[in-house]
Amino acid sequence: MAEEKLKEYGGNPWLEAGRRLMKSRIGVLGIVFIGILVLVAIFAPVIAPHDPLEQNILKRYQAPSSEHLLGTDEMGRDILSRIIYGSRISLQVGLFSIGIALVTGVFLGLIAGYYGGVLDMVIMRIMDIMLAFPAILLAIAIVAILGPQLRNAMLAIGVINIPRFARIIRSSTISIKESEYIAAARMMGANDFRIIFHHLLPNAMAPLIVQTTLSIATAILEAAALSFLGLGAQPPTPEWGAMLSDARSSLQRAPWVATFPGLAIIFGVLGFNLMGDGLRDALDPKMKNV
Amino acid sequence: MINYIIKRLLALIPVIIGVALVVFLIIHLIPGDPAQTMLGERASPEALAQLRESMGLNEPLHIQFIDFFKGLLRFDLGRSIMSNNPVMAEISVRFPATLELSFFAIVFAVVVGIPAGIFAATHQNSLFDNFSMLIALIGVSMPIFWLGLMLIWLFAVNLGWLPPSSRLSVGINLEYITNILFIDSIIQMNWAALKDVLSHLILPAIALGTIPMAIIARMTRSSMLEVLKQDYIRTAYSKGLQDRVVVYKHALKNAFIPIITVVGLQFGVLLGGAVLTETIFSWPGLGKYLVDAIYARDFPVVQGGILFFAISFVFVNLLVDISYAAIDPRIEYN
Repeated sequence: MAEEKLKEYGGNPWLEAGRRLMKSRIGVLGIVFIGILVLVAIFAPVIAPHDPLEQNILKRYQAPSSEHLLGTDEMGRDILSRIIYGSRISLQVGLFSIGIALVTGVFLGLIAGYYGGVLDMVIMRIMDIMLAFPAILLAIAIVAILGPQLRNAMLAIGVINIPRFARIIRSSTISIKESEYIAAARMMGANDFRIIFHHLLPNAMAPLIVQTTLSIATAILEAAALSFLGLGAQPPTPEWGAMLSDARSSLQRAPWVATFPGLAIIFGVLGFNLMGDGLRDALDPKMKNV
Repeated sequence: MINYIIKRLLALIPVIIGVALVVFLIIHLIPGDPAQTMLGERASPEALAQLRESMGLNEPLHIQFIDFFKGLLRFDLGRSIMSNNPVMAEISVRFPATLELSFFAIVFAVVVGIPAGIFAATHQNSLFDNFSMLIALIGVSMPIFWLGLMLIWLFAVNLGWLPPSSRLSVGINLEYITNILFIDSIIQMNWAALKDVLSHLILPAIALGTIPMAIIARMTRSSMLEVLKQDYIRTAYSKGLQDRVVVYKHALKNAFIPIITVVGLQFGVLLGGAVLTETIFSWPGLGKYLVDAIYARDFPVVQGGILFFAISFVFVNLLVDISYAAIDPRIEYN
């Protein structure tokens, strides 16, 4: 029975998880959304009908037409082209900031969980204190000090996401490090480094992957919020949140300027949220419904 | 119970010291001279020296922190550079506006989110279930500032049903007592003002409450689904009890704990969201004040505002923990 199952799964839990992910409708939908986003970002120069930065005062606030499918903004720039180029920034923000959070959080969580004691206490109290702030406010504080720039916004979003990763990996580490195969590895003479990176981390991967996907979604939202407040991407960068900020003054005259960048944000964020939900169902049946 | 509350309050002390330290360090570890950053490149050396003196920037860092923390214990957060008023006074004028907005937002979120979640759970896989969960998923994926803009565009600009900004129309007379205008107008039995206050609240409260509403609906649904599978629910049904009684009396009570946690946690989302919502709706609360202070590089206000937000968040989390007791007597407080 067990052998049959093993054969069926091909012996690789990741393949099995991938297969389960492809079976979940929302997971597939998420992958499709993200796929479209990535393709648009890669082929932006090919797809975009106009230069996203090209201004033409004579053409400001033009309603959607065949020449400008989504209309033009206050500088006469083509909104569709700006949204297409904006996908590059949002993906970059999501990957870069969550990359920072992932690497730092996993590192801190692993050593806190594995070594325990004072190290654990100090690290986790710092994480608790960071969690005592409403996330976006901490990001606002960091950017307010470092200066309003996209790079600083990414850094701030990375920092505020560290505690979640640290907590997840710490709790997995604590439960895994007592398992027999860890004791076996230690008896075979494996050092801490080998145990942590070859035995602990691979087994703590599932919740980490789910959290990473869902965090990219929030990171894109947070970056858009910072840019909307003027604390992230600066003009004339075609960032979705910054585009919405520009649109505030022309709501009555040109509502399309505000409408489409918002829809683009929803599309991107929804993609990662759907995939995160699908992955959660596929990787960890226990976490279902949460 | 009293012991538990005291214990939890004591446990807050290190957290609050930590929060204060983080806020302090963020402001004081600015690369370069904080006085220069605040006053700009063209500030005169005299002005810089004066600001350094008045903010105690000449002292060593640890002395500065001790002074800052001592001030905090006396509710003294320094003075605003913009207005030269005490930061605490500025905050206490504006906080009621934020509180009022957050209250109505969470009421909206709970009143819509919980029934939607219950209905979705009791009609699992129905059209309503799928549709409402899709809406909830879009709700959590939506930037609230965009939702705010769309609400303003539709209901204020296009239809003209509701005002697009501020708390009170020009020309409405209302004496500010608590600064929570909803309460002020009731105390003064000024119904015209009450109507005006409520009409100003609707759009920002919906904008701010939508993400919590979506999260609460999702949590209510999954929590109810979990409980409805239990044996005692089957027993209740087999006793011949009506659907309504089983769902609302037997199931809901036990499904409530995760729901309350989520509602409490959403308060943090609300405080963060208030910054964005207040900016869009020109709502004169703490969030907008904080953003204005950031633009003006008024660091004492930035420091005080963020600290105030964080400490309120910490206290709300404590209240959430304590309120479990009222709902679940099984929880022991040791």
